[in-house]
Amino acid sequence: MATAQQSTTFEAPGRAGSPVECKERYENFIGGHWVAPIDGEYRVNLTPATGQPICEVAHSGAQDIELALDAAHAAKDAWGEASTTERSQVLNAVADAIEENLEMLAVAESWENGKPVRETLAADIPLAADHFRYFADVIRAEEGRISEIDKDTVAYHFSEPLGVVGQIIPFNFPLLMAAWKIAPALAAGNCTVVKPASPTPWSILKLAELIQDILPPGVLNIVNGPGAETGKALASNKRIAKIAFTGETVTGRLIMQYAAQNIIPSTTELGGKSPNIFFEDIMAADDEFFDKAIEGLVLYAFNKGEVCTCPSRALIQESIYDEFMARCLERIGAIKQGHPLEQSTQLGPQVSSAQLEKIESYVQIGRDEGAELLIGGQRNMLPGELAGGYYYEPTVFKGTNDMRIFQEEIFGPVLAVTTFKDEREALQIANDTLYGLGAGVWSRDGSRAFRMGRAIKAGRVWTNCYHLYPAHAAFGGYKSSGVGRENHRMMLDHYSQTKCVLVSYDKNPMGFF
Amino acid sequence: MTATDAAIEAIERLRAEHGPLAFFQSGGCCDGSLPICLEDGELPAGPGDVLLGAVAGAPFYVDSEQYARWGRPSFLLDMRPGAAEGFSLSLPDAHFVTGTAP
Repeated sequence: MATAQQSTTFEAPGRAGSPVECKERYENFIGGHWVAPIDGEYRVNLTPATGQPICEVAHSGAQDIELALDAAHAAKDAWGEASTTERSQVLNAVADAIEENLEMLAVAESWENGKPVRETLAADIPLAADHFRYFADVIRAEEGRISEIDKDTVAYHFSEPLGVVGQIIPFNFPLLMAAWKIAPALAAGNCTVVKPASPTPWSILKLAELIQDILPPGVLNIVNGPGAETGKALASNKRIAKIAFTGETVTGRLIMQYAAQNIIPSTTELGGKSPNIFFEDIMAADDEFFDKAIEGLVLYAFNKGEVCTCPSRALIQESIYDEFMARCLERIGAIKQGHPLEQSTQLGPQVSSAQLEKIESYVQIGRDEGAELLIGGQRNMLPGELAGGYYYEPTVFKGTNDMRIFQEEIFGPVLAVTTFKDEREALQIANDTLYGLGAGVWSRDGSRAFRMGRAIKAGRVWTNCYHLYPAHAAFGGYKSSGVGRENHRMMLDHYSQTKCVLVSYDKNPMGFF
Repeated sequence: MTATDAAIEAIERLRAEHGPLAFFQSGGCCDGSLPICLEDGELPAGPGDVLLGAVAGAPFYVDSEQYARWGRPSFLLDMRPGAAEGFSLSLPDAHFVTGTAP
């Protein structure tokens, strides 16, 4: 049972007493100014909490992307030549602004995306600030390498900015995923044009309001609009030097194809179907670690399952299945779902009606293919103003890994559970997937956890933890989960060109001619 | 590969605006699981794509391994309210979805 606690509900953005001011209409952020879309079109931006409008945002087209690229190109030489000290100061000032406005940004993010404000207050927004601070720090410690080819010949390696990059942000962590992309790009001396996700175009504009006087004009530009028009106009543009994208696989292929046509690099993060593996020794004692393992399974409901690394396949050793699952279901049954701005809410609404319908269709598929429903399995119809929101009960199916609910990313609070006999079978099931983004391993046996961690084909294997996203740890996919990495100072390489200046100090000719 | 009347009507409307169309079944993050409707030729089919058939003259492709992992279902192309959230072409008020045909 959830414990009763002191709790308050933030007022929704735009209402009296809310920490978030909200205008009726938001334009694009280009060249340090607010610029109306050329065609003058806007669309209504809804909150998934109630299905009611928050504001209007620009519905831009290719011409607006060109304006943003003009601004970015005008800014790129000065920003690229700014010292790492200057760039670091700017990024730290961005981090300061985020931290000073933590509550405002957390409420805006929660209201637009539906994620509970306790998550945005404790995770999304502090992590976003830390990301800017991390890259502000590491850029100052960067140094090129010198290769002594022979006693008279030296290769000097410099990192240079790529120039202007394009970045397309997903809807599941609108501010944190924007920070993941923007911070390393700017640290490395690039200017960027950002296209937020269509369901979550607004919270990043609240961030832009905070930092518009901190960043030099044109370094960061934000253009909202539909993917098929605005996103394509950016990703396929001849004037970008790199494209970064998080989203689904077909658009990932499209992005890589545009990059190939323009001969530029791309990074893609395309989701997963992450296994979370629980070995029997977790139940050797009913202690803090076992409690942590239960929480580790229930983390499938974090951010309502709208996480690329959602641990949506739980693999539990047969010998502990009944007892462990009973404890987990007790915890899942106590999840408090409701108003995302209520501070004790643990599970908010899905981001859109389309996502809610997708979850409903997958739950039907799960029933049809014979999976056993252990809990949930339906919409949660909440009273009052929440009746129009997109709430789905935390759901668990038991089945086998060949079922569709084990193979495809549902992007909702839906867990598919199965059992394994031994380490070999656990590994076989874990790797029997198209994807390879995240994985979890839970065991008191460090050697076994290490073996599993090395053998799972995924870019991030959380071991005795899950859903931690420190800036100093690389993140990215194997297999169909995409190409490239985010986080960690290695990102500076992803946003830099390598210049080798090869110098001969030998006064004598080579002697060929 | 079949389609509802609403999906066929949407294809006709989009074709009038964009020319010939093609569908690719997507997977993974965000809009994964949805069919992505593109102008035909925007994304050339790859060696791993299976052509499942045509819907109102528009070819429909799925990744062969994804198709196998989904149990080779018969797809039914349908419409749901709301514009597409990603790169797929859609109507202003409705987007494509793939269900499993009865």
